Amino acid sequence: MLEYLAIIFSAILVNNIVFAQFLGICPFIGVSKNLSSALGMGAAVTFVMAVSSAVTWLLQHYVLLPLGLAYVQTIAFILVIAVLVQMLEIIMKKTSPGLYAALGVFLPLITTNCAVLGVAIIIAQKDYDFVYSIVYAVATALGFALALMIMAGIRTQLSITDVPQPMRGVPVALITAGILAMAFMGFAGIKF
Amino acid sequence: MKITAMTASKVLLDGIIKRNPTFVLLLGMCPTLGTTSSALTGMSMGLATMAVLTCSNAAISSIKNLVPAMVRIPAFIVVIASFVTILQMVMQAWTPGLYSNLGIFIPLIVVNCILLGRAEAFASKNSIWLSICDGLGTGAGFTIALTLIGLVRELLGAGSVFDFQVYDSSYAALLFILAPGAFIVLGLLIALFNRITNS
Repeated sequence: MLEYLAIIFSAILVNNIVFAQFLGICPFIGVSKNLSSALGMGAAVTFVMAVSSAVTWLLQHYVLLPLGLAYVQTIAFILVIAVLVQMLEIIMKKTSPGLYAALGVFLPLITTNCAVLGVAIIIAQKDYDFVYSIVYAVATALGFALALMIMAGIRTQLSITDVPQPMRGVPVALITAGILAMAFMGFAGIKF
Repeated sequence: MKITAMTASKVLLDGIIKRNPTFVLLLGMCPTLGTTSSALTGMSMGLATMAVLTCSNAAISSIKNLVPAMVRIPAFIVVIASFVTILQMVMQAWTPGLYSNLGIFIPLIVVNCILLGRAEAFASKNSIWLSICDGLGTGAGFTIALTLIGLVRELLGAGSVFDFQVYDSSYAALLFILAPGAFIVLGLLIALFNRITNS
């Protein structure tokens, strides 16, 4: 149990996917302009990451490794993720229109979110077992959602301040992210 | 023939300055931040991306009339992923040190928006020759940007340039080669680029 707590804590705070691993920066900058879309994107990424890491784990351990096809990992994973996102979109539209209305617009964006493919590859590289992989994926996605929401809160405030012309928009957002990354470095010393 | 040479050089230059993927289009941020802790790693990542981009642009441009419009995005992704896999194998064989330094960012070239963006916006509409020029130009723009960011971070964070020690590293601000420095240097460089191009 403690092992799982440690991985959850580490994936959300110590090795935060945005601030420490530099994955998923595009949606982090693009969708963090207001809190409600940040929440929607965070939830959509959590959902997709959980499902995709389960599917890619099964693919890796029951198809690619037994057949000696580990070298096509990158192609196989990206195709699986792309198909999965499409399927989720179709299923969601039919079964839960409410959820689709909330997360639908973010789903197509997720295929090119490098965090999803990144987590699938990290799991394959580190050779985690099945349950551990899913816990790791969900915790990482929660870390992403946390980063997105903190950033959205700050950017709402930032939008009413007078920022120098060349710094407006992305540059000031990146510098804010840098200061946030410093804050997150404070967690680095914590060990279980 | 003269016109072709002119358009080719225009396409090349556009990718470096007017449509610079890092400073103007703000694409491919993850490798930009993740691999620029030194000038050398930044430059290697840029060159690796440029190689894949040039090859994938050429391949996509040559199959543009064979692929039905409905499935073009998945087809482009497969082409890009194939070239990334080739690159992974080549780098693993010949530059294993660099390969492990760049780590996960090599397979993640597949989801770099620059590649799919150029495939969709340029290679699927233009001739092979121009697509290769576009790949080289955009790739060069990306490489220059990454090298520049790596240069600034390495100089401020480790006191060296391309591993050549400029001043004593004990005076350097380590922060700049850690994660926060990546965000701050990129933010300031984009602001500087905006300032120069707007004035």
